[in-house]
Amino acid sequence: MQLTNLNKYELKPVLITGNEEISPNVFVFSWKREGIFSPGQVIKITADPNEPPRIYSICSGINDENLSVLFNVKPGGELTPKLAMMKPGDKIYVSAPYGSFSSDDSPATWIATGTGIAPFYSMIRSGRYKNKKLIHGVSYANQFYFEEFLEKVLDENYIRCCSRAETGVHFHGRITDYLIGLNKLSREDKYYLCGQALMVVEVRDLLIRKGVPYGQIYAEIYF
Amino acid sequence: MEPIKELLFGKTLNELIQVSTDLGLPKFTAGQLADWLYKKQIGSIDEMSNLSRKVRELLTEKYDFGTVLPAKVQVSTDGTKKYLFVTGKHQFIETAMIPDDDRITVCVSSQIGCKMGCLFCMTAKQGFQGQLSAGEIVNQIRSIDEAASVSNIVYMGMGEPFDNLDEVLKSIEILTSEWGYGMSPRRITVSSIGIVPAMGRFLRESEAHLAISLHTPFDEQRKSLMPVQIAYPIAEVVEEIRKWDFTGQRRVSFEYILFKGLNDTSIHVKELSRLLNGIKCRINLIRFHPVPGTPLVSPDEETILHFKNQLNDKGIFTSVRASRGQDIYAACGLLSTKEQNSNLKI
Repeated sequence: MQLTNLNKYELKPVLITGNEEISPNVFVFSWKREGIFSPGQVIKITADPNEPPRIYSICSGINDENLSVLFNVKPGGELTPKLAMMKPGDKIYVSAPYGSFSSDDSPATWIATGTGIAPFYSMIRSGRYKNKKLIHGVSYANQFYFEEFLEKVLDENYIRCCSRAETGVHFHGRITDYLIGLNKLSREDKYYLCGQALMVVEVRDLLIRKGVPYGQIYAEIYF
Repeated sequence: MEPIKELLFGKTLNELIQVSTDLGLPKFTAGQLADWLYKKQIGSIDEMSNLSRKVRELLTEKYDFGTVLPAKVQVSTDGTKKYLFVTGKHQFIETAMIPDDDRITVCVSSQIGCKMGCLFCMTAKQGFQGQLSAGEIVNQIRSIDEAASVSNIVYMGMGEPFDNLDEVLKSIEILTSEWGYGMSPRRITVSSIGIVPAMGRFLRESEAHLAISLHTPFDEQRKSLMPVQIAYPIAEVVEEIRKWDFTGQRRVSFEYILFKGLNDTSIHVKELSRLLNGIKCRINLIRFHPVPGTPLVSPDEETILHFKNQLNDKGIFTSVRASRGQDIYAACGLLSTKEQNSNLKI
């Protein structure tokens, strides 16, 4: 059974090197990187080889010593409560990185909610943020993961939307509210969306209404 | 407040054996229960007349029968019916009944809403609201007016069946087992956008037909239509399909919605024939009925026919699916979204 699952999903065991809670119930989970990957790629992970793996975006940079993923603990979930309890030295099973959610140097806007920031953070840590604007939407200010780093690197190209708390610093409202308020959106830029399905669908519809060709919109949804 | 009871409808024979064991009843009670649940048209435990009153009382203490009647029905001028079922507070699912000569096909939902976010899909605009249980899936067949004469079942309603595979497989077990509805699995088709690991399990653990939503053979174009392409590219889906035998009675088909100027060209025909080369399959072309907020439109009939003929000339059996129930929001997700929105306004 174990072998079947490991073979089927092409998983291999690794020992975790770090598990840091960076915000309530949100963790950066790491193990030693072997080989190369493209920022924006995903990886399959399971803590139990008898259980099917789940897919997570890599959030670390291509030159980082560790490969990391960002996850929030889903109450009653099969995997994340287990991952949250793990300590360095514990074993998990991972696939090779795969996927094609990648961004070139052409002008683009990256739009994420919550932990959907992960692939964009990986791209930025990998130095691939030329001509990019990042819009991150969260409910509360402590969910702007990696905020200090992103602010330093992206400066005014880092827009934060906080929907449930008025901070005085961030845009107060949802990402869709922010986008509705913009007078003009570039129709030539690409738009990359990452997060929950409903956000992706709402933002995509909004961009299309504002004249962005749908072929310019790329979405990664948490399945 | 009375505790929520478990539902009997939707349990497999093994689960019914467990129910019987837990209540200290003989094992054969499970067979009697299955008979009442899936072969007879009753709606309550109290009607299970070959069980003693004491057994019925024992069952009623812990369980409800579990079937639900539709909350709304719309009938098209072409005979198609759209049933709306309520699964919870403000949660609606749709079921379509499509009569065609001597066949009655029921199109069932497998989830409430959907996570997959396909550009052309109305259900996507609801987001994901929850999974349906096997009982809720089978109930969509059992509780409609035409229940007794259903000939074919397609899992093409709301939701992605392979994102709720445990319950979908369980529902197929109930529909095809001798102790259940005894249908042939060859009368059941499950349609998916192609979640590769789940597809492999489906092909291994069931005998039902498979339909894959293809819509374009080109990677970048499919990404803009269907975000799943990023995680499970169509080339990988087809590669997995090649590992299975479809030369016998089991069928694989590819669903292809035609969008004007986007995926209806000769280049697409050529690439489709390359992608599907060597697979015994068919392509179902589907006319697109626009949904709000989507910039896509259907090509004209001449283009559709030409596209079909080109594929047939390439040796891929291709047909155009008849549009049904257009006057009753038959496109999946339209009716339930409408209902959900009207309830939210209350």
